[in-house]
Amino acid sequence: MNVLAIFKVAGRALFRNKVRSLLTMLGIIIGVAAVIVTVSIGVGAQQSVSAQINGLGSNLLIILPGSVTQGGARTGSGGASTLTPADGLALAKLPHVAAVSPQVNARAQVIANGSNWATSISGVAPSYTFIRTWPLSSGLFFSDTDIAASAKVCVLGQTVVDNLWPDGSSPVGKTLLIRNVPFTIIGVLKARGQSATGQDQDDTVLIPFSSALERLTGGTTIGTLLVSADDTSTIALVQSEVTQLLEQRHRITASQPDDFTVRNLQDIANAASATAAVMEYLLAGVAAVSLVVGGIGIMNIMLVSVTERTREIGLRIAVGARSLTILMQFLIEAVLLSSAGGAIGIALGALGSIGVAVFGGWPMVIPPAAVFVAFAFSALTGIFFGYYPASQAAKMNPIEALRFE
Amino acid sequence: MSTRPPVVRVEKLTKIYTVGEQKVLALDQIDLTLEAGEFVAVMGPSGSGKSTLMHLVGFLDRPTAGTYLFEGTNVNDFSSDDLADLRCQHLGFVFQSYNLLSRTNAIENVELPMIYAGVPEGERKKRALEALDAVGLTAVADHQPNQLSGGQQQRVAIARALVNDPSLILADEPTGALDTKSSDDVMRLFRELNEQRGITVFLVTHEPDVARNAKRIVTFRDGHIVSDEPVGQAVIR
Repeated sequence: MNVLAIFKVAGRALFRNKVRSLLTMLGIIIGVAAVIVTVSIGVGAQQSVSAQINGLGSNLLIILPGSVTQGGARTGSGGASTLTPADGLALAKLPHVAAVSPQVNARAQVIANGSNWATSISGVAPSYTFIRTWPLSSGLFFSDTDIAASAKVCVLGQTVVDNLWPDGSSPVGKTLLIRNVPFTIIGVLKARGQSATGQDQDDTVLIPFSSALERLTGGTTIGTLLVSADDTSTIALVQSEVTQLLEQRHRITASQPDDFTVRNLQDIANAASATAAVMEYLLAGVAAVSLVVGGIGIMNIMLVSVTERTREIGLRIAVGARSLTILMQFLIEAVLLSSAGGAIGIALGALGSIGVAVFGGWPMVIPPAAVFVAFAFSALTGIFFGYYPASQAAKMNPIEALRFE
Repeated sequence: MSTRPPVVRVEKLTKIYTVGEQKVLALDQIDLTLEAGEFVAVMGPSGSGKSTLMHLVGFLDRPTAGTYLFEGTNVNDFSSDDLADLRCQHLGFVFQSYNLLSRTNAIENVELPMIYAGVPEGERKKRALEALDAVGLTAVADHQPNQLSGGQQQRVAIARALVNDPSLILADEPTGALDTKSSDDVMRLFRELNEQRGITVFLVTHEPDVARNAKRIVTFRDGHIVSDEPVGQAVIR
């Protein structure tokens, strides 16, 4: 008697008891669906978190001037005036650097539309919108020509617009006085909300960095350089290249401390994905427990089923079934139940994942590996927990089995 | 006929059951021969050892002592798989309680022994229908057990027993759950199978009316054979 014939016998036996078969599968169905949904939640959340972190800036490195010591007092990080726009131009030529923008910061009172507002002014380059992945909601951003000409143009954050034009009219084309210098408003940034540290990112006015140096800070050095690497994988490489180049440009020997610092947002990203990974492990643990419980459910029902079908087993032995054949039949029944349960569970899990993704507002991701592992595990559950009941069936004494009431 | 070995030959067959600390002597050195084509009824009160003998003859149990030659072959040392194959190829069982698979139609019930004999699917169905025809149940071949009367169910069971073309059919109280009319039908069927196909029938019963259908009656008491004689004309009448 071949295995295919046993498969058919097992399949028919399950089909004869549709309701019981379905109830037996229920544990596995729920277990597998839970695995799929939790893994999907984990991956989706992770992607959502990393998307938010990318929002801070795409593969961003922040370069700050170092500290200086003046009369015995050290100024702290950013106190030195060592970074120049030329440094920025040099860095932009490095391989794997996608974009560089200086950032010159100042605070100033701005006046427009018959009212005024104190805000932070940032002098930046046109690449700033790319580096911070921060698009405009209306108007245009300033160009390289504006930088070269130190043009008096500005782009406003939404908070500034809301405070100076509370009626909601568009400020584009109007004039803004920054320290009594008139700047033409050419664009408005898309509202971005709070930063990770609770600052209102929209309370800002962006102007060309050349204009900021000329008209606001009156110097030649810049406060910060923002560097964007061309890929997440090259951030570390770019960081070391940037460090080397700046050391070379600033003529810093190996024995001297650097007069600048390079900061990397990757650490924050790593911490966030580590958190997501821990969540995923936790959820996967819960899912694994529910699979084991599902397996025990199969074992229980199979044991009951073997007892209930004692006479059937006795008859099968009497008409010439070998004990291995009986063992195989019941084992195959268990595996068919658990793998069918696994398949249904995967389908339900996929549906659940779609629901959760819509609710959570992140992309629906079901890793194929999770589907494969869940299915393989459910089939294994059938073998593991089906073996004991099957061996009970195979060991049955046919005489007692046939007399069983 | 004389060249064929007896279908069953047991010598000094003994079976001792251990129930708790008590040993029960169910069969005490039985000698018995069933020639091919015989129709033997075994009678006796319950506990006399007749069922035990049937289980031993049907390879469902092993003797404590003694020899069993099946068609001339000593089966004492056969493995349980060998015995399963013997049951499959050479024996047919009929039980008092029919033992049909529920929610399974007559054809599939009759097909069951052929599945274990490795008969291909197409041929199984053909032979199952032939067997059902032989017991006169063609009309209800697709009925499930709960749609059949007791007599019909037992005839399905007989079809199942003869479908692998056995040399010996073992029937354990086959009429015990049937009314007189169905009982007569079933016994007529056994006589036909015995006379027309030459199948050896070994019948266990405690009803003398049923036993009278056989050609030979063996009576048991307390694990011993107390009488073994052909069914006489006077008894049949």
